[in-house]
Amino acid sequence: MMNEPFLKERIVDETAMSRRGFLQGTGLLLGFVLTGASTGSVFAAATSQVVENEITGTFAPNGFIRINPTGAVTLVIPMIEMGQGVYTSLSMLLAEELEVTLDQIQVQHAPPNHALYVNSIIGIQNTGGSASVRAFWTPLRQAGAVGRNLLIAAAAKRWNVDPATCRAKNGVVFDATGSKHLSYGELATAAAKLPVPPAANVKLKDPKDFSLIGTRAKRVDSPIKVDGRALYGIDTRLPGMKVAAVAISPVLGGKAKKVDEKAALAVKGVRQLINIDEAVAVVADHMGAAKKGLEAAAIAWDDGPNGKVNSADIVRQLEEESRKPGAVARNVGDVAKALAKAAQRVDAVYQVPFLAHAAMEPMNCTVHLQKDRCDIWVGTQAPTITQSQVAELTGLPKDAIKIHNHLIGGGFGRRLEADGTILAVKIAKHVDGPVKVIWSREEDIQHDMYRPYYLDRLSAGLDTAGQLVAWMHRIAGPSVMARYYPPYFKDGLDPDAVEAAAEPPYALPSIHVDFVRVEPPGVRTSWWRGVGPTHNVFVVESFIDELAHAAKQDPVAYRKGLLGHNPRALTVLSLAAEKAGWGSPLPARHGRGISVQFAYGSYTAQVAEVEVAADGSVKVKRIVCVIDCGVYVNPDTIEAQIQGGTIFGLTAALHGSITFKDGRVEQSNFDSYLPMRIDEVPVVETHLIKNAEAPGGVGEAPTAIVSAAVTNAIFAATGKRVRSLPIDTDVLKSSS
Amino acid sequence: MAFTLKINGTPHEIDVDGDIPLLWVLRDVLGMTGTKFGCGQALCGACTMHVDGQAVRSCQTSVDSVGDGAITTIEAIGKTPQGAALQKAWLELEVVQCGYCQSGQIMSAAALLKDTPKPTDDDINAAMSGNVCRCGAYQRIRAAIKHAAGV
Repeated sequence: MMNEPFLKERIVDETAMSRRGFLQGTGLLLGFVLTGASTGSVFAAATSQVVENEITGTFAPNGFIRINPTGAVTLVIPMIEMGQGVYTSLSMLLAEELEVTLDQIQVQHAPPNHALYVNSIIGIQNTGGSASVRAFWTPLRQAGAVGRNLLIAAAAKRWNVDPATCRAKNGVVFDATGSKHLSYGELATAAAKLPVPPAANVKLKDPKDFSLIGTRAKRVDSPIKVDGRALYGIDTRLPGMKVAAVAISPVLGGKAKKVDEKAALAVKGVRQLINIDEAVAVVADHMGAAKKGLEAAAIAWDDGPNGKVNSADIVRQLEEESRKPGAVARNVGDVAKALAKAAQRVDAVYQVPFLAHAAMEPMNCTVHLQKDRCDIWVGTQAPTITQSQVAELTGLPKDAIKIHNHLIGGGFGRRLEADGTILAVKIAKHVDGPVKVIWSREEDIQHDMYRPYYLDRLSAGLDTAGQLVAWMHRIAGPSVMARYYPPYFKDGLDPDAVEAAAEPPYALPSIHVDFVRVEPPGVRTSWWRGVGPTHNVFVVESFIDELAHAAKQDPVAYRKGLLGHNPRALTVLSLAAEKAGWGSPLPARHGRGISVQFAYGSYTAQVAEVEVAADGSVKVKRIVCVIDCGVYVNPDTIEAQIQGGTIFGLTAALHGSITFKDGRVEQSNFDSYLPMRIDEVPVVETHLIKNAEAPGGVGEAPTAIVSAAVTNAIFAATGKRVRSLPIDTDVLKSSS
Repeated sequence: MAFTLKINGTPHEIDVDGDIPLLWVLRDVLGMTGTKFGCGQALCGACTMHVDGQAVRSCQTSVDSVGDGAITTIEAIGKTPQGAALQKAWLELEVVQCGYCQSGQIMSAAALLKDTPKPTDDDINAAMSGNVCRCGAYQRIRAAIKHAAGV
């Protein structure tokens, strides 16, 4: 069976790519496509289509559009699909201006190419930061308009008429009378010969003329995801491919000191045991044999320098370091003076835990390392970073590193890191032929790069009327940015670690926010859905709730009083309160909590309604979410993100915690790192604000906002303030 | 050991140790990758298949335990009335996000509807709480099951 792979990819080298040369230096364009949702001929595992990038006469005016003379329209999508709906929403931007329908297109993963596909908000070709629509809102509409203009120009030339008299619709150009028409396929060869105008010079549609943007267009990736045809990295199959199970040192920096290779090789189907010190891999014909072989290897580890790392020490270090001043993120007014003069002072310490991503698709990567090239089959949020790191590791030029990106079975930031690929390449160095390395769920959870543990100290001053006069917020924790993208880490300040804390939406006469970098030993930290705001919005929105209580004011009214200058924040807050029935009576030990945020370019407000049982257990009964994300592309996808992103954040608030003992992660699978399940989740109601503001990000907004809405609701229900996550139900027990 | 597995109506000859999980036989030996690996401990439901119409976690089902049971996977569930109705509902309600868990979700839901054509919320909770969706698409999964069942 291994000799008959049904995933066949055709790799087209850059030299053969395009006459226009716009792809010079790109590596490759992998030919793997999704076709439109409603054609009924979507790409399938067994019948995967290949994009012929060099069919003579292919119209390729930029990095995003390929139309060949047969009429096939392929859109190359610069950001990777991992559930957020970006293959649909970004296709909609292109298709709107190109004048094609979504069922006329195929979608293709973009290869690594900074020049063509950089995300302008992030500065890298990374999918993250809720930035895809924000970054590509203009470039993709321009790219589509360039394509349409050229196709119209080609038709006008053939008819010898003024292009201004022609129009395009559904992949066809019509003349003024509508009697003459030519399909895009018929025009592709001629259009490919025309000079490409600068994207900035093309006229874009007036939003009132949008026919696709703003509609509930069907997702282009749904049909292949309901019948098993969708291919993720873990589904890679190649001729001669072997499968490897891997055990990574349970302590960061440890080494395998004893391995029973003989026992592993005795397992039927096992081909090879590879010990690279930091990890041991067993290579076999199939994963069942590889796992069995790995168990038989009975590895003993030398823990190395991090064998004593434990959570209590990490927290103690944060408590100590957070007493020292940090790098100043923002300073307005004289906070110390205002605090000293305040009629009432409120102090609090907040903590949030390390979190694993625990995406459903465990970490995996397939590598075929050859003398002069290295092929990588993986789902990655960071293709250019992955390519660079593999080039560095192998000593091969970047162009020789071929990244075949895939649909990702849940990213949440985990696939912004290339560590899984690097490990697979280290293993592949010892394997003759392609090898697919798959992490077990336990490896995935115990060797994640975790959302940092943060400890925050806050102080605020209120005047006699309860008015907020001073706000001081110190954040202590690791800096992901300093490691991941050093240029953004300046003078000790990590802009991500203070995001949504340095600039709360409120009018604050004096504010001081600083950051103390504390790197725990033996722990790798990284991006996690919602990044900085997921931590900071919990802290800021909980603390503002504490201040409302100290001022003896209603939490919604108190916030409104601080948002007079911020109409968009005020609007989402007011609507969320109204839709949730804020203020209407609730039974005992029930409560509502509110949270509001500005992050990722969007304004969001949530109201959570909870019931706290006598045993302290928390039932979240209802979530109302209002989002103003400016002009929106696909309201159905946005609602899906609000629903799912809320559950992702809620799961962390209720259950999420990674802890360390003797250098080892104490959680291992879904029985110790608990996901929310269908019987536990509330209904999430979503309300979208319609306006013409610049588009804002959506995917992370609900994840960041939900924790505080819930803990504020718990306070309303019980009078107990939750200042650390996950929520400790023991302290919420009824005292009666 | 040699086994003959009846999968989606077709017999397949394989030669593996009897304790190898069905999941890896299908994915790696037979190349049927629609069924997903999620946890390896029957904790997430991503690997759900049917054996004689019953939902099983194939990561914890050894190949020698199947006997001549009829195996049905996501690749063929659309040929059953429940599977077809669920897939249609999944598309109409746009349930999927990353999609990785959805093979298992649909397989569990198909087993539910076969035994309980008109499920209550409690029935859905009982049948579906073994299936994890980290994208958090549960609200739509529930709605789609009801939609497919006409309740």
